[in-house]
Amino acid sequence: MMNLIKSLGIWIAAAILIVILPYVFPSGASITTMCLMGIMIIFALSYNMLLGQSGMLSFGHAVYYGLAAFVTAHTINWAIKSGVPLPLPLIPVAGAVTGLIFGIIFGSVSTKRAGTAFAMISLGLAELVYSSSLILRSFFGGEEGISADRTKLIRFFGYNFGPQIQVYYLIAAWCLLCVILMYAITRTPLGRMCNAVRENPERVEFVGYNPQLVRYIAFSLAGLFAGVAGSLAAINIELAQASFVGAAQSGAVLLAAYIGGVAFFVGPVLGAILVTYLSLTLSDFSEIWVLYFGILFVVIIMFAPYGLSGLLMMHAQFWRGPLGSRLARFGRLFGAYLVAAVPALIMLGGAILFIEMIHHVAQKGAEGANMHFLRRNYITINTHSVLPWIGGIVAMIGGFFAFRLSWPTVANAWHKALLDAQRSGA
Amino acid sequence: MAELIIISTLNGVLYGMLLFLMASGLTLIFSMMGVLNFAHASFYMLGAFLGFQISQWAGFIPALFLAPLIAGGIGALVERYGLRTVHKNGHVAELLFTFGLAFIIEEVIQMIWGKLSVDYRVPTWLDFPAFTIYATNYPAYKTFMLVFSIAIFIGLIYLLTRTRAGLIIQASLTHPNMVGMLGHNVPRVFMLVFGLGTALAAIAGVIAGAAYVTQSNMAALLGPILFVVVVVGGLGSLWGAFVASLLIGLLQTFAIASDWSLNKFFGDFITPTRGTLLFDVWTVTIAQIGPILPYLLLVLVLIFRPTGLFGTRET
Repeated sequence: MMNLIKSLGIWIAAAILIVILPYVFPSGASITTMCLMGIMIIFALSYNMLLGQSGMLSFGHAVYYGLAAFVTAHTINWAIKSGVPLPLPLIPVAGAVTGLIFGIIFGSVSTKRAGTAFAMISLGLAELVYSSSLILRSFFGGEEGISADRTKLIRFFGYNFGPQIQVYYLIAAWCLLCVILMYAITRTPLGRMCNAVRENPERVEFVGYNPQLVRYIAFSLAGLFAGVAGSLAAINIELAQASFVGAAQSGAVLLAAYIGGVAFFVGPVLGAILVTYLSLTLSDFSEIWVLYFGILFVVIIMFAPYGLSGLLMMHAQFWRGPLGSRLARFGRLFGAYLVAAVPALIMLGGAILFIEMIHHVAQKGAEGANMHFLRRNYITINTHSVLPWIGGIVAMIGGFFAFRLSWPTVANAWHKALLDAQRSGA
Repeated sequence: MAELIIISTLNGVLYGMLLFLMASGLTLIFSMMGVLNFAHASFYMLGAFLGFQISQWAGFIPALFLAPLIAGGIGALVERYGLRTVHKNGHVAELLFTFGLAFIIEEVIQMIWGKLSVDYRVPTWLDFPAFTIYATNYPAYKTFMLVFSIAIFIGLIYLLTRTRAGLIIQASLTHPNMVGMLGHNVPRVFMLVFGLGTALAAIAGVIAGAAYVTQSNMAALLGPILFVVVVVGGLGSLWGAFVASLLIGLLQTFAIASDWSLNKFFGDFITPTRGTLLFDVWTVTIAQIGPILPYLLLVLVLIFRPTGLFGTRET
């Protein structure tokens, strides 16, 4: 009973958080951002049913997202035209069914294999669907896509879903529902078998299960949830475009899930929130923000293969013992982090300055020598003088070596904190 | 008709040989390290842009040699300091690393050369019609591309089968531990093969960039086709990669030249209403579905012959 209350408590807290968020961030821009985050959370979690839970690396998950978005747009248009009393909150069901159907169709081809072959088939199927989108114009609508006016549907308890805030609550409700369902799936025997198939498909076969079937079911279900996400995306912007099924969309969800960390259920949620936030804000600072994004992705693959959630979970082991000693332990650890952070930031600043200057000279040399650093007016840099170039390079390289000198300090602090935590745990 | 067939065959073989220049490196790297290098087409693109820049500064011939050298050097560094670090995290991490790398290379190229295509032209001393078939002039540059890529192909076969270095490479494919025991530095062999493979892709980029369009999306357009080639040919099989390259080169070239559609043959019997899905399917020409054909082939091969045409191992 206590466990039930405890696990229910998390979801109730999440529901309350969702309800009050628009009051905390009431501006139009933040509501829009949160809508996109909600959609991305569902999409990234559905992706993680493949990569994190079942060990299938897909390069074509946007297929189910995008096709569901198109079916959603067509469903809305059809309901308006034929006068079927279909309220907007039920429309994502159409997306879910679409995602599931295409998951079943394409999954029957691709889930027979695992590993690299699966990844290649998913890529091939994605290219197939994307190329078809340019041919089948009556379904995909060509360049301009299929638009759908969500407000023309029958009202749902008086709401017409014109204002963005109403769409926010619609997305949030579906998001919470999907997150709960996907979490529940990880707790079922099926979810456990998915993990087993990821770890050792041969053994799964020995104990009498069919790993292909397990992958197939997981894949179809992932298609279903991706369909919900795509459907909400189409509702959100009242448009479905060919780019929804494109490689960039598949790449975005892979990035979100991996940056958040695929080893923990909460990882893709963090990743989706961060990636959406960064993709909306970084473009204000730099035209080449996608490059920084790619570098962040590669750095995480190289040095933090469990993503952000992995980094957070690594610190969970220090959170034991009396509260005072916990805080003291974290205080000492973060002190060491601070020592490392200073040269790291210098290195980062130098690198960004260097990259931005190359970009300015290569792309905007005609605009003159002066560059507004990070697109703001308060730092202007003359790219024709030598000083900023030397400064950037020295900060980058010097910062790197200073950063490396700080690693033993961090390692030492980590070790001490670990010993301390073990002592107070025992 | 005969004219069309001859020209399409020439163009198809040329495209196929270019594909093979890339696929050979990709498949060598795969059979050594088990990594399908997602960024391989990015090195092709890098080669094209470096070739463009160097030919602006110093002419085409220096570009032909320097650009692959630089791109191969970058490739070797990527292996040494990137892939080797990621290796301990498993194959998925390696594949994702190369995926991220492709992303970065594309962005860096956009950052330096912009998103629009650059003005990379055929060198003037190769810009004349070499011979005429029926009424079509075949450009000298395309003849040069064909000869050059075949020369590289023969050179590669010679290197792999007739030289000591090739022997060590081949041995490292199957018995890396034994080769290591015999005193060869296997990680260095891996690094060099990675460098060689990326340099081959860059050569293809230098010579193809001048004939086709040099733009920052060329890797994204070609990359998936490259995977189709190595998977259809059979992962790790050099011979399979060769056959699949030619097959896909010819397939795509002939498709582009064809205006057949269902409507053309059956249009007299059935004419679907304009604006329906059936109408789209009915009137689409082979030329329009050309871009899809390789992927259809991939899916069919993976269903009916999972090892690929010449592969020995299940992918």
